[in-house]
Amino acid sequence: MELFTNQVLAGIATGAIYACMALAVVMIYQAIDHLNFAQGEMAMFSTFVAWQLMQWGLPYWVAFVLTLIFSFIGGIVIERLLFKPLAKAPVLTHVAGFIALFAIINSVAGLLWDFTIKQFPSPFGSSPFLGSQLISTHQAGMIFVTLILLVLLFAFFRYTRVGLAMRAAASMPESARLVGINTGWMIALGWGMAAAIGSIAGMLIAPVVFLEPNMMGGVLIYGFAAAVVGGLSSPLGAVVGGFLVGIFENLVGTYIPGVGNELKLPIALALIITVLVVKPNGLFGRAIVKRV
Amino acid sequence: MPSHLPRTAALPAAAILMAVTCSGTLAQKSYDTGASDTEIKIGNIMPYSGPASAYGIAGIIEAAYFRMINDRGGINGRKINFISYDDGYSPAKAVEQARRLVESDEVLAVFGPLGTPSNAAIQKYLNLNKVPQLFVAAGATRFGDHREFPWTMAFQPPYQSEGRIYAKYLLAEKPDARIAVLHQNDDLGKEVLKGLREGLGDKASMIVAAESYEVTEPTIDSHVLNLKASGADTFLSVTTPKSAVQSIRKVAELGWKPLYIQGYASASVGSVMEPAGIENSQGIVSAYYAKDGSDPQWKADDGMKRFYAFLADYAPTARASDISVVYGYGAAQTMAQVLMQAGDTLTRANVMKQAASLKDFVPDTMVPGVRLNTSATDFYPIEQLQMMRFKGHAWEMFGPVIDGHLE
Repeated sequence: MELFTNQVLAGIATGAIYACMALAVVMIYQAIDHLNFAQGEMAMFSTFVAWQLMQWGLPYWVAFVLTLIFSFIGGIVIERLLFKPLAKAPVLTHVAGFIALFAIINSVAGLLWDFTIKQFPSPFGSSPFLGSQLISTHQAGMIFVTLILLVLLFAFFRYTRVGLAMRAAASMPESARLVGINTGWMIALGWGMAAAIGSIAGMLIAPVVFLEPNMMGGVLIYGFAAAVVGGLSSPLGAVVGGFLVGIFENLVGTYIPGVGNELKLPIALALIITVLVVKPNGLFGRAIVKRV
Repeated sequence: MPSHLPRTAALPAAAILMAVTCSGTLAQKSYDTGASDTEIKIGNIMPYSGPASAYGIAGIIEAAYFRMINDRGGINGRKINFISYDDGYSPAKAVEQARRLVESDEVLAVFGPLGTPSNAAIQKYLNLNKVPQLFVAAGATRFGDHREFPWTMAFQPPYQSEGRIYAKYLLAEKPDARIAVLHQNDDLGKEVLKGLREGLGDKASMIVAAESYEVTEPTIDSHVLNLKASGADTFLSVTTPKSAVQSIRKVAELGWKPLYIQGYASASVGSVMEPAGIENSQGIVSAYYAKDGSDPQWKADDGMKRFYAFLADYAPTARASDISVVYGYGAAQTMAQVLMQAGDTLTRANVMKQAASLKDFVPDTMVPGVRLNTSATDFYPIEQLQMMRFKGHAWEMFGPVIDGHLE
């Protein structure tokens, strides 16, 4: 029983990583109606920027804010330079663009900061949380920040003009344009916000998985799984999905002999497929009706 | 000039120099493709790009080492032409580059290609064409199989030997150990575990739990929890750096205090112990054959002084703490030794024969007591490891050098 509780707690801690990343995935999905395969690498790059700023002697929170600004602008720049010209291109062209971006960012980060593992500080410290050895104060802080982000995102999309305009621009660009929304800039804004959220995710994840150019590889796949489980259009779903994937993965790994150990990653992928087949919109997603 | 050469290399160099000057015309020169009176062409394949590009620095160091050799007059008067290509850690690309080296560049031998997948992919081709595949930078046991692949030779200890060495250590020091093993789900993890099982022999039941993980898993926390729950008091972590750092930290966070053995693939001070936290790493046990370039205890060591001087002159941007840098130097020095031994008979068969005739050769970067020995039936040059314990900021050697010879 103790092992069970421990695995669930560890699953929640790992789930917080996935939840964080899933939020960024949902954000970009809301803005452009696609998944961005380079999302993880963008987050990794931002985290390296934060690390570099701290190496230069800036305090954590200054570096944090500067990184947010850098990532926000960086996201917009990427959209303006790379994806705006491709706006009318088919989905496959976008996918190719994402993959190219993935490889470019990964290699450039390797070139600038090399591939050795770096320690990334946590603002919350890493002592045991409430006496539990399984969740550290950092992981508790991470869950807390994820929840705050969730509330902010929820409010943004539900109650602000820009948020509503952004949703409109993504799901019905034609109609959005007709009511006077500058859809082009909405998409750019979406990229900026997704990059900024990604950078928060990166800075929260790095103290746990350690900073190196490939740190996001596995995380992004689990983030996708979490977002799909929860529903790609729902920030709440993404967060719940993250925790579910974390716990599910640990329990399967522990209690289904043989399968779990060797097949932990396929479990995440199997989860994606199962959800897509059984409940295509995820646990919390809304059904999308398209007029034909 | 000989004073600049490594001491171990200077003797044969002088001997050959004498042989050449004294006997003059008596020496028979014979060459295969890739060698001539003025040049020896050596091919190499490295992951300069892609997921394993961190190791690519080994190729840069090897190129720098041969540049140093050339600046000092070459080997037996011949310059080394070191041709190194990128395979991006992709086996298909490695095959393409191996063909290019053999068929277009016409190298005498392929030296030091990196990675198990790439080497496995080119092994058949090179053996079929009888081109030496020397000092493979990968630890899988298949690269020292002299019967099946007479043109392929390993360099570092095969993973299986490492497992045997830990078994010997545990049987001697902690015969009642209950061992938990965390291992990467690939040749590294599986072969160390196999070696450990073989080494323990009929006491293999000492292994109470073994968990494998995939490199792609973001964290390995869940596995460590299961291993702790097994009640083990000894923890062997056969991991690559990222997971090694995570498991050291997790074990410390859990307040678990096993005898912690870290596989040498991730025993680097700079890239594992420091990120994991120096205080968390205290008391960890490992075993290695080469000196750690960032370890202050080697500051006054003759071999390492030559290594540091080489870095300052030929690779000033390389970090001495990077194990791949130390590795590249030691491997290149061994290759140079083989070419020196081959003298004027620069045929592929003789290069292979000389590689299989290393006698107590000690590159500058080896831990004291580790010697390179090969024979017609032993294609694993390094099979000894020195046990060491992490104390303060460095590894402290203890006990004798342990042999993990494979039959």
